[in-house]
Amino acid sequence: MNAYVGTPTSRVDGRAKVTGAAKYAGEFPADGLLHGFVVEATIPCGRIARLDTSEALKVKGVLDVLTHAKRPALADKDEAWKDEVAPEGSPFRPLYDDTIKFNGQPIALVVAEDWETAKFAATLVRVEYEQNSFATDLEGERSNAAEMDKPHEPRGDAAAGLAQADVRHDAEYVIPTEHHNPMELYATTAVWGGNGKLTVYDKTQGVQNVHKFLCGVFDRKPEDIRVISPYVGGAFGSGLRPQYQVVLATLGALALKRSVRVVLTRQQMYGLGYRPMTIERVALGARSDGRLDAVTHEAIAVTSRYEDFARNDTGWAEQLYSSPNSRFSHKLVHLDVSTPCDMRAPGAASGVCALECAMDELAIALKLDPIELRLKCYSDRDQSENLPYSSKQLRECYARGADAFGWSRRNPAPRAMRDGKELVGWGMATGVWEALQMPVAVRIVLTSNGHAEVSCAASDIGTGTYTIVAQVAADALGLPIENISVRLADSTLPQAPVEGGSWMAASSAHAVLAAAEEVRKELLRLAGKMPGSPLADAGLADTVLIDGSIVRSSDSSRAVSIADAMRHGNIERIEKEKLNQFDEDKKHARNTHSAVFAEVKVDEQLGVIRVTRIVSAVAAGRILNTKTGRSQIMGGVVWGIGMALHEETVMDHRFGRIMNANIAEYHIPVNADIHDIDVIFVDEPDAHINALGVKGLGEIGIVGVPAAIANAVYHATGKRIRRFPITLDKLLD
Amino acid sequence: MNNFQYSRAADVADAIRLLTADPGAKLIAGGTNLIDLMKENVERPSRLIDISRLPLRNVEETDDGGLRIGALVPNSDLAYHPLIEQRYPLLASAVLAGASAQLRNMASVGGNLMQRTRCGYFYDTATPCNKRSPGSGCSAIHGLNRNHAILGTSASCIATNPSDMSVALAALGALVHMAGPSGARTTALTDFHRLPGDTPHIDTNLGAGEMITAVELPPHGFSHNYSYLKVRDRLSYAFALVSVAAALELDGNTISEARVALGGVAHKPWRSLEAESALRGQPATADQFSRAADLLLQGASTSSHNGFKIELARRTIVRTLTQAASATPQSQAHKKIA
Repeated sequence: MNAYVGTPTSRVDGRAKVTGAAKYAGEFPADGLLHGFVVEATIPCGRIARLDTSEALKVKGVLDVLTHAKRPALADKDEAWKDEVAPEGSPFRPLYDDTIKFNGQPIALVVAEDWETAKFAATLVRVEYEQNSFATDLEGERSNAAEMDKPHEPRGDAAAGLAQADVRHDAEYVIPTEHHNPMELYATTAVWGGNGKLTVYDKTQGVQNVHKFLCGVFDRKPEDIRVISPYVGGAFGSGLRPQYQVVLATLGALALKRSVRVVLTRQQMYGLGYRPMTIERVALGARSDGRLDAVTHEAIAVTSRYEDFARNDTGWAEQLYSSPNSRFSHKLVHLDVSTPCDMRAPGAASGVCALECAMDELAIALKLDPIELRLKCYSDRDQSENLPYSSKQLRECYARGADAFGWSRRNPAPRAMRDGKELVGWGMATGVWEALQMPVAVRIVLTSNGHAEVSCAASDIGTGTYTIVAQVAADALGLPIENISVRLADSTLPQAPVEGGSWMAASSAHAVLAAAEEVRKELLRLAGKMPGSPLADAGLADTVLIDGSIVRSSDSSRAVSIADAMRHGNIERIEKEKLNQFDEDKKHARNTHSAVFAEVKVDEQLGVIRVTRIVSAVAAGRILNTKTGRSQIMGGVVWGIGMALHEETVMDHRFGRIMNANIAEYHIPVNADIHDIDVIFVDEPDAHINALGVKGLGEIGIVGVPAAIANAVYHATGKRIRRFPITLDKLLD
Repeated sequence: MNNFQYSRAADVADAIRLLTADPGAKLIAGGTNLIDLMKENVERPSRLIDISRLPLRNVEETDDGGLRIGALVPNSDLAYHPLIEQRYPLLASAVLAGASAQLRNMASVGGNLMQRTRCGYFYDTATPCNKRSPGSGCSAIHGLNRNHAILGTSASCIATNPSDMSVALAALGALVHMAGPSGARTTALTDFHRLPGDTPHIDTNLGAGEMITAVELPPHGFSHNYSYLKVRDRLSYAFALVSVAAALELDGNTISEARVALGGVAHKPWRSLEAESALRGQPATADQFSRAADLLLQGASTSSHNGFKIELARRTIVRTLTQAASATPQSQAHKKIA
């Protein structure tokens, strides 16, 4: 029964959020709560020569200033500091020693009775540095790039393929560093519970990841720390790893044996992770009919000196475009900056942007329509694995998207379409992401009044996990959704990985199904034992839960109500927990896809760019909730508009400092920049991937959008901008 | 943020007395810029003198047919005041081009005139900045200067004034009324803000112990042929790369009076009397507008990243004058440039 799955169900947590009933990490009250304010390093590399906290300590209301020289014990082995998604390397340890690794590094925590006092006293902490020479400029240091990763083994001979191609396109695209800027600031409230026990309210995408990390860093037993994060005001990957404020708040609580809250400022959040700047070089060789001979894609990305953060920027052509020869590489340049981290569609947002701009340029060189080129080299197999897809309705995305957009009316010549003073450009691009799924456990407690509590440690980072878990549970248990309460993001709840990679929808939904089956099994056992039970001989597979009853699928007249079954069994509650693991499928590649169409209008004289229409046609298996799903894609599209036109973290490499570390100067789109966004979900049945055919939507919405816009800007103006963001100065002659 | 004393001024005289008694004191009204700067430790006032309750919130007609706007009139009240909308729509438009509705609700007219630059180095206390820390050097001249000034710059500072309202006020020939220890005085708005010279830390000619009490608009409001066009990196809620306030008086197609002021290009709203006088008596054509743009941009000098601003300013001047001449002013509500 699917009363809820697949429908535009409103968010079950919507009311709590808009009324303020939903509490975020920095909002939980605690008796005697203290407030910490972070002092940051103002150099990118060196060591602390002198750190004088005496003036700060004199301020009335200041309890302590924690520094590397004065703090409770922290683990001294990298293993303890490695969280479940840590890259290779030696993780950053806040307040560990006198070494400065990046500008904005926390070097002291002032703890006071109130936040304002802590903030004031922080200005009185005197620091002297011994500064070392440093480098923060990727382009200046690109010659030091070292190959870290081959996303895929080379196939054929790409150099020969390029050499023999009828038409070649070879260009470099530059994606700047970008920051996530989630609305909610990073915050932790570490509540001192006596007996050394701590309840840590943290902004994170994974409470159990943070829990394990804190137990390691502070050498605590699992039962001594509990991590809770019921609501997250956006994270987009920035909260996959434990952030330093959770260490500092915990450190403060342990030092003072009081509850401590640390909330970062917006500016301080630019000292956390970010989408790494990348220089992407794409070379494509094709025959005159549009079939590809060779693809090479090489990325050079920034990482820190202490960790090797690398994502798959370059391998995506293996999924998208059939070519006998291919070569990919990912190089890193180590700089005096903090480690980058995942940011919505890590790797793909940047890499596919470059690839899809390059495909547009190749189509122009071949005098082919950009969709036609993509259909000519459409790949029905993941070439790197030589596997067919579990499902791939990308052709349908192109067709449906083009139709909705009106692509057939496009005049292919640049500068050929206009509207008054504005040049009009139409561009398109393909999007691709992985359809991942992970082991997740869910507990269901069904009570005889027909109410069920469904719980899991997974986070809802604003994506709608509460809602889809409630939908799937309501359908699987045959209850109205109002009777389902969902508890998430408490480290004591059944296991879940970090919420990321677009895997949580499929993973949590199937964990709910698995736990619900255990509940149904128990109900069937109880119902079967009733005198004259209509289900006495029913097998589990022949039963469903509908409308508060367990019913025989093959004969719906044979049913027992949940209440009756439990009353006869003389029990008030059924509690079942189940860890769901997906069968490993080595026979299929699993991806989501999209076709993105963009209309831009560019003021011919002033260069002002407006994205007046976006059509995003998405194939992502079954959509659990068409309302929250549509919002997900719209959010990705808006971000893609920002990536194309606005977002850029600007650093002055003389100081190694970010010069626009605030959301006044770091631009993201505002309402005035957003016009029509049309989201189309293409029907994509998938019999292989999982029982529900679900793939996940978190990342796919952004992928392809920047390229579609860049391609539209070229079509409008005849100018190819390969350095993002496309600001108006780049269009002025 | 530093610790500071807080006083609430009983009246203008009290505010001046408090200000004179404590040279480190700052007046606070809406606080939309000052509080930000205090949070960044750029402004560290010893005392905040709260003037927000003083009776300076009126918009009154003057004897000569102009308007006197109290220094504490909120920006939003100013933009939507019927007399401003009817008689000085250029000013209303410029105010609405700035900030956000929430900020305009808080920000006062006097505070708007006192806005400080948005130069990133000015905001970052870890970098040299002559405006913040006199004599420390200018990081922008050889640094990130895409948003910086092209007119009236000095070897000490290339910062811009971020105000939109001031640009319209400059075009309209507004006056600034001040009160101070030695009494009241009045200056032209174009003389209120300063060029950086070798004292970029001094933004305005407001003297020690002085405060703005009102802004006065002369009778001529150019309510028919005007436009305020702000070109920026997104369509709203961003500071100007270049903005232009244009006001024309037309006799048929002949320009009888012209005002053009530029924002985003200098340390103060930028006018050129030469350019305006060159427009007078000429037909309202793109050629004439282009000639005026050349005159306005005479002497412009660029830095490593803001070279585009000269051509952008030229084109924006021509566009804005064209909008003004055709009585089709730029809308601040539409999501496009007309």
